[in-house]
Amino acid sequence: MATSKTSSKAAATKPAVKAEENGSAIASAPQRIKVLKTYKIYIGGQFPRTESGRYYPLSLSNGETVNVCLSSRKDFRNAVVKAREAQESWAGRAALNRSQILYRIAEMLETRSAQFVEELVLQGSTKAAAQKEVETSVDRLIYYAGWCDKYNQLFSTVNPVSSSHFNFSTTEAMGVVAMIAPQSSGLLGLVSVIAPVIAGGNTCVVLASYAKPLCAVTFAEVLNSSDVPASVVNILTGETKELLSHFSTHMDVNAIYLCTNDAAQKKMAESNASLNVKRARIEEELDWNSAVVESPYRIMDYLEVKTTWHPIGN
Amino acid sequence: MSKKSNKASKSIVPTDLALDFTSKLDYAPAPESASHIRLKKQYELYINGEWVKPVKGGYFETFSPSTEQSLARIAEATDEDVDKAVKAARAAYENVWSKMPARERGKYIYRIARIIQERAREFAVIESMDGGKPIRESRDIDVPLAANHFFYYAGWADKLEYAFPGKQVEAIGVAGQIIPWNFPLLMAAWKIAPALATGNTVVLKPAETTPLTALKLAEIFEEAGLPAGVVNIVTGAGATGAAIVNHPGVDKVAFTGSTEVGKIIQKAIAGTGKKLTLELGGKAANIVFEDAPLDQAVEGIVNGIFFNQGHVCCAGSRLFVQEGVADKVIRKLKDRMESLIVGDPMDKNTDIGAINSKEQLKKINDYLKIGVNDGAEMYQPNCSIPSKGYFCKPTLFLHTSQSHRVVQEEIFGPVLAVQTFRTVEEVIEKANNTPFGLSAGVWTDKGSKIFNLTSKLKAGVIWANTYNKFDPSSPFGGYKESGFGREGGLHGLLPYLKFS
Repeated sequence: MATSKTSSKAAATKPAVKAEENGSAIASAPQRIKVLKTYKIYIGGQFPRTESGRYYPLSLSNGETVNVCLSSRKDFRNAVVKAREAQESWAGRAALNRSQILYRIAEMLETRSAQFVEELVLQGSTKAAAQKEVETSVDRLIYYAGWCDKYNQLFSTVNPVSSSHFNFSTTEAMGVVAMIAPQSSGLLGLVSVIAPVIAGGNTCVVLASYAKPLCAVTFAEVLNSSDVPASVVNILTGETKELLSHFSTHMDVNAIYLCTNDAAQKKMAESNASLNVKRARIEEELDWNSAVVESPYRIMDYLEVKTTWHPIGN
Repeated sequence: MSKKSNKASKSIVPTDLALDFTSKLDYAPAPESASHIRLKKQYELYINGEWVKPVKGGYFETFSPSTEQSLARIAEATDEDVDKAVKAARAAYENVWSKMPARERGKYIYRIARIIQERAREFAVIESMDGGKPIRESRDIDVPLAANHFFYYAGWADKLEYAFPGKQVEAIGVAGQIIPWNFPLLMAAWKIAPALATGNTVVLKPAETTPLTALKLAEIFEEAGLPAGVVNIVTGAGATGAAIVNHPGVDKVAFTGSTEVGKIIQKAIAGTGKKLTLELGGKAANIVFEDAPLDQAVEGIVNGIFFNQGHVCCAGSRLFVQEGVADKVIRKLKDRMESLIVGDPMDKNTDIGAINSKEQLKKINDYLKIGVNDGAEMYQPNCSIPSKGYFCKPTLFLHTSQSHRVVQEEIFGPVLAVQTFRTVEEVIEKANNTPFGLSAGVWTDKGSKIFNLTSKLKAGVIWANTYNKFDPSSPFGGYKESGFGREGGLHGLLPYLKFS
């Protein structure tokens, strides 16, 4: 592990060495030392390190290695407490307000697209693919921003009951959603699964892609500056293998989302979900650029239908 | 015990206001005739349009809970029988039902609705004989609602493309359905009607204590000419249900019953790709505010908890009364309970019939002991109950708190736990303090308060100034541990469809 820090520092000091070789070492002061970013997790609107103090090294395409938080069960539990605290007020926001906040996330992402492109390239994308991924992510946020104040009109009904009652069904958020984000797509996959969940008034705790976590951490910074209330989205980095059992067994989580092609993981999530009758939303990796990812029914996956009766009379 | 608590309650009632029930007029018995009922001595399994004997040859008896007499011998389906039924359903799905024009499919379902209407009284009588519910309820609620449910969904069959804008839909395949004993025919209708309308075929298991109306429904399928194998009825207990749930040929499982069994089913089908709908237990809050129309509220409380002997998953089993009117509401409630008639389900005057089974009566009685031992004050009216059969007096538990087991756990009987509250915030917190979330009731004359409460109560059905109302067009189903998926209405189509 120690080598990782050494290698990144070596890279950062390279220009200074070059200067010495040119023979001007005495005259010029060492060139500016690059400030390295600490990739932290996002819980309750703050950026703590994992309480466990653990990390995993992540090698980047430029040869550097960064340390990423290896989040623990306790981090997840802390995040659920925060997500629960925020859920009712988030769901209680005017739909128009939620819509504008999702739009604001898109604005912030657009203005910081250069940074996201750079990170995607560091995680192995080509520049062109990275650019497309960021643009599609922005557009996806705008797509779901537009649904916030419309899906309820699509999914609600006034029911023509035979008795003398006014009867209507409307949708409400499920509550807190624990999410294991797609592994294949660090930004677009993440954005595509979070957007419908928060558009519907839910709050969430999301485990980012293990191999592509950088954009998730930076996306947390975008969320933090987008008027998204603290705790609505909480983002952890770490291992599915370690955290899936905790995500799926937590008794104060209403739904679990899992993106995986692993049959054993699917079974474990669905089986554990039965402990408190969680709604399990499980899907396999897919092309996150595809149009099927844009659908109001992906919002409905995280909604409950509530029916209200009232007598008609004098 | 009832005498003792009765005395205690009288102390809070001014003597001049207390009603005198000793001089009440008695109702003459008004028994419904069972002379036109044709029951076979023995019922086989209804598989692939035929009545077939169970492979292993096992039978059990179904009893009338009000007379404790056996009504018929019922075949017990084992894995082998369930396998036959699932295969019949698969063949019918592939060869007939999925190929039939949707409009023709709908016409079969309309036929079923009409024949239920024609034979309504027969079904009502059998329902009350087999399940113990008052004939007035089976006649006026269960059977008409069951017919209406088929009628409602029949019309959806050829209109599914309008149900979910932007999506093409298709049937899932074979639906395995397991239903409880509290509304035997109605639950069969809730399950079968949307499944057929959406183009699925069915293997249905009625509860072992109330199999008769589902088997009589199979007669209606024959009468309607429904193609063989489209609906198969297999009877038996938990093992038969497990065989359906675990059969690899079943694409969709729909279960109504206890949360305990629902969790077992959810776990059992994990990783199989089967779709699931669960309609599970409840512990609904029925909330009465000071500004409520109190007499209507008292009727609503009674209907909420004593309807169908309290064997209702959405029963209003936790009463919250605002402090200022608590004494008044409880006095009115006790007075109303004095006039409830507990007894013969076949008598048209009966308000509370028989508890569905010996086991359920024992469970309820155990809870009565638990409530008393936990320190709550029990109240029962001075009504008489028949010496034969399984009966339970309507019961209140006063001075209960959130931690009492009679407040936290589903009793599924005529037992109401009463608490008081002061503020709106307090009652919302107390009402939501349960793992269940099926239904709730709110009584107030203030519209803004109704909408505040209905949006904050975590439950799938909210009755405001009414309770225990049902309709085929009205979606029903729970939040949290009360299950997922909806039955009824447009939303009730979704659990039986997939987007293509």
